[in-house]
Amino acid sequence: MSPSDLDRAHRPAGAQQSGVSRRTFLKAGAAVGGGFMLDFSIPAFAHFAGSGPAASATLNAYIRIMPNGETFIVNKNPEIGQGIKTSFPMIIAEELDVAWKDVRAEDAEVDPVRYGGQFAGGSLSIPMNYDLLRRVGAAARLMLVTAAAHDWNVPVEECETADGVVSHKGRNRQATYGQLAGQAARVPPPNPATVKLKDPKDFKIIGKPIGGVDSPRIVKGEPIFGIDVTVPGMKYAVYEKCPVYNGKFVSANLDEVKALPGVRGVYVIKGNVTALDAGLYNGLTDGVAIVADKWHQANRALGKLQVKWDEGETAKHSTRGFVAKDAELAKNPAETSLKKDGDVDQALKGAAKVLEARYEVPFVNHSALEPMNTTVAIRNGKVEIWSPTQMPGGGKTAVSKLLGIPEPDITLHVTRSGGGFGRRLSNDFMVEAAAIAKAHGEPVKLLRNRRQDVQSGVFRAGGFHHFQAGLDATGKLTAFRDHFVTFSNSGKVAGSATLGATEFPAGFVPNLDLGFSMMPLDIPTGPMRAPGSNTLAFAYQSFLDELAHAAGKDPLQFQLDLLGPAKKPAVNKTQFGEQVGFDNARMAVVLKAVAEKSGWGKKLPKGTGMGLACYFSHQGYFAEVVQASVNRKSGEVHVEKVWVAGDVGRQIVNPSPGNNQVEGATIDGVSQALAQALTFTDGRVVQSNFHDYPLLRMHQAPKVEVHFVMTDNNPTGLGEPALPPVVPALTNAIFAATGRRVRTLPINAGELKGFA
Amino acid sequence: MSYTINVNGQPRTVEVEADTPLLWVLRDELELKGSKFGCGMGLCGACTVHIDGRASRSCVTPVSAVGDAKITTIEAIGDSEAGKKLQDAWLALDVMQCGYCQAGQIMTAAALLTRTAQPTDQDIDDAMSGNLCRCATYTRIRAAIKQAAGLPTEDKREMA
Repeated sequence: MSPSDLDRAHRPAGAQQSGVSRRTFLKAGAAVGGGFMLDFSIPAFAHFAGSGPAASATLNAYIRIMPNGETFIVNKNPEIGQGIKTSFPMIIAEELDVAWKDVRAEDAEVDPVRYGGQFAGGSLSIPMNYDLLRRVGAAARLMLVTAAAHDWNVPVEECETADGVVSHKGRNRQATYGQLAGQAARVPPPNPATVKLKDPKDFKIIGKPIGGVDSPRIVKGEPIFGIDVTVPGMKYAVYEKCPVYNGKFVSANLDEVKALPGVRGVYVIKGNVTALDAGLYNGLTDGVAIVADKWHQANRALGKLQVKWDEGETAKHSTRGFVAKDAELAKNPAETSLKKDGDVDQALKGAAKVLEARYEVPFVNHSALEPMNTTVAIRNGKVEIWSPTQMPGGGKTAVSKLLGIPEPDITLHVTRSGGGFGRRLSNDFMVEAAAIAKAHGEPVKLLRNRRQDVQSGVFRAGGFHHFQAGLDATGKLTAFRDHFVTFSNSGKVAGSATLGATEFPAGFVPNLDLGFSMMPLDIPTGPMRAPGSNTLAFAYQSFLDELAHAAGKDPLQFQLDLLGPAKKPAVNKTQFGEQVGFDNARMAVVLKAVAEKSGWGKKLPKGTGMGLACYFSHQGYFAEVVQASVNRKSGEVHVEKVWVAGDVGRQIVNPSPGNNQVEGATIDGVSQALAQALTFTDGRVVQSNFHDYPLLRMHQAPKVEVHFVMTDNNPTGLGEPALPPVVPALTNAIFAATGRRVRTLPINAGELKGFA
Repeated sequence: MSYTINVNGQPRTVEVEADTPLLWVLRDELELKGSKFGCGMGLCGACTVHIDGRASRSCVTPVSAVGDAKITTIEAIGDSEAGKKLQDAWLALDVMQCGYCQAGQIMTAAALLTRTAQPTDQDIDDAMSGNLCRCATYTRIRAAIKQAAGLPTEDKREMA
């Protein structure tokens, strides 16, 4: 599976993403576990007797119980701050019926045979695993009960469990899981597809706010991140690449650098990337590796390194050039049509009002605070890797190919990640570390400095929207057109630079025309938190707000009118399982909820405004209201508060990180909107650190009020869907405050000052 | 060069070049991995330690400038009253997402509470604005500082 597959996770029908061939899809399906969500034949439920430490009993791939009742539960997916290392064991523990205080969460090895897909992306961990993990816990519980029932010679159905104890009231018998685990491990595993699950009203763990299992170690500064890994005999490395992507090495002052303090080796490494393959950035590009006793020595030596590069054609890329090319492409109709309903041109002719607008979003970088790093040890033809990655399987495969060492001889330990945001779905840093470890012959930890981390990204692509829309005399939207100007890698849509045929208001306007044109790009782009959606929400929801004002309608009423009466949503089969398409009724409910909670429509002082937006992504429904004030003299925007109403189904597994994700995603969106842009000159990223690529800080962070609307739908993920609507909610608030429409991100205070 | 510096109450001797940042002395010479590398330019605060009680950016502090100042790192901040209360509040409010910046946040907050036992929202903004949290857990960081100070955790910043 590739990161681009995750793009489609939230836009299954008619998605326009040509980066993945059918062959890749099939292969990806197998790598993800070939329908492991429904097929319980994977060994997760089989016996693993003897695989745990002595005296413990292993009930299945996830659960190991000690005689004293301590219960070790495996978390199979990468922990990147979304709280999965706590939430997954909670789900299992609930159905196993153990007390949370007895649970010890463990990290899984990367083992697709036992665990199926192991990745952190697409807000998919919960929707893909909620039911599976409940069954893992319930099956193990039944094995423990069966062992007790056999021992006591009573029917299984008469036994009860609570807090890690099986009891039989009639016989007044009870036994702890610790006592029973050894026998239970010999009970044939039940059919997990038919095992009885708890009634959610009896939940004791799921739905309760539970603190992160690693947090007690983090507040004491214990070493649990990738950057903290230490391996005996390890050296430290930096890897310098051409500032223009995939530039070729020509020459360098290698001997001078070799002589610097602490430097143990300087290596020219030849890349293997021939052309960009949208969404798959696990390749190696040319560079110079400096290996030293200590990282600071390697990084300091980097300051003396002078390399001559062949920058190639990519050096012609520039932000200015992208804007010029957009203007050229926008003169013509869209090269590729995504969806055509009715006749937009005819409808525009007959419209009472016609609006046209151009929206522009910049490239941005993920900026995880822990710079990309990986530690690799190659010994006797075996490879051991420690990496903060979101997509371990892809990294392992790429390292195997690079080194010519079969995957079974590669052990990959996934460490905690200091932020992911999609950046670690690509494993370029893991591949570089492996190449350096091979060149140097000793274990190596590769760590990027911040400049390298900013400039050597897999960026969120920029893009341009050219909208036309028509309103009838009653203010009803009758025609809608978007000509999206985006980027291509090797002729295919660049990673995550996509627009889908189902983009709202598609299906809700009689005359609609969605299409796109592309300009070539030889710089990697890929998923960043709510990929696609994080730019589309801004453009579409801002333009709909323009239309509401042009129609003389309240933006809330305009959106509700557009959504119209409830429609039956489509059900789509995807490689990530069955996904329900856009449900307009669910969106209307969160819109009304956020309006009520925020006091939408209330009178505010001049220069202060409220903006509203909603967006469906990653199977979640979010409507948000932002209250912002704008300083008339400086144009400076102060985001005061964000109200959020979200619907992710019937169950929030762990409300503590659940709320935290929503708060963080909304502030993340505000941060992007206010200040973030990567620009290119001569093919190079101009920005280099947090002084010229600023992230939002404490004093700028708005208050966030989160409300979940519970609906009887399958639980879905929370890492991403709260982000997209906050950006247009903010720019719509700025319009309400100033009468000025923000159509280009990031928000330019200079264009807001002096508003009337 | 040989330097003997006082870290968490212990004299520690290291052989490093004079320009080696304190951060890398702590992390790679003394195996104290709690202080984090984020930017290398004093912009993000992930590397924050106390130098004679002041919150300082160890990534831009050369070891040669430390002298006989007392260094305290996240590994020992729990020995102080403010540090322990902050750690407890951080866990009680489940502040962190990825957690990478939180050592720096706690160190800056500990210096704040030692100086200002009952901080206002403005005090918190002033003290904490040098510490980035990419996950944007600012809401909970603010609340946890107040909780550690024995104050109501409500965000009292004014709105229109």
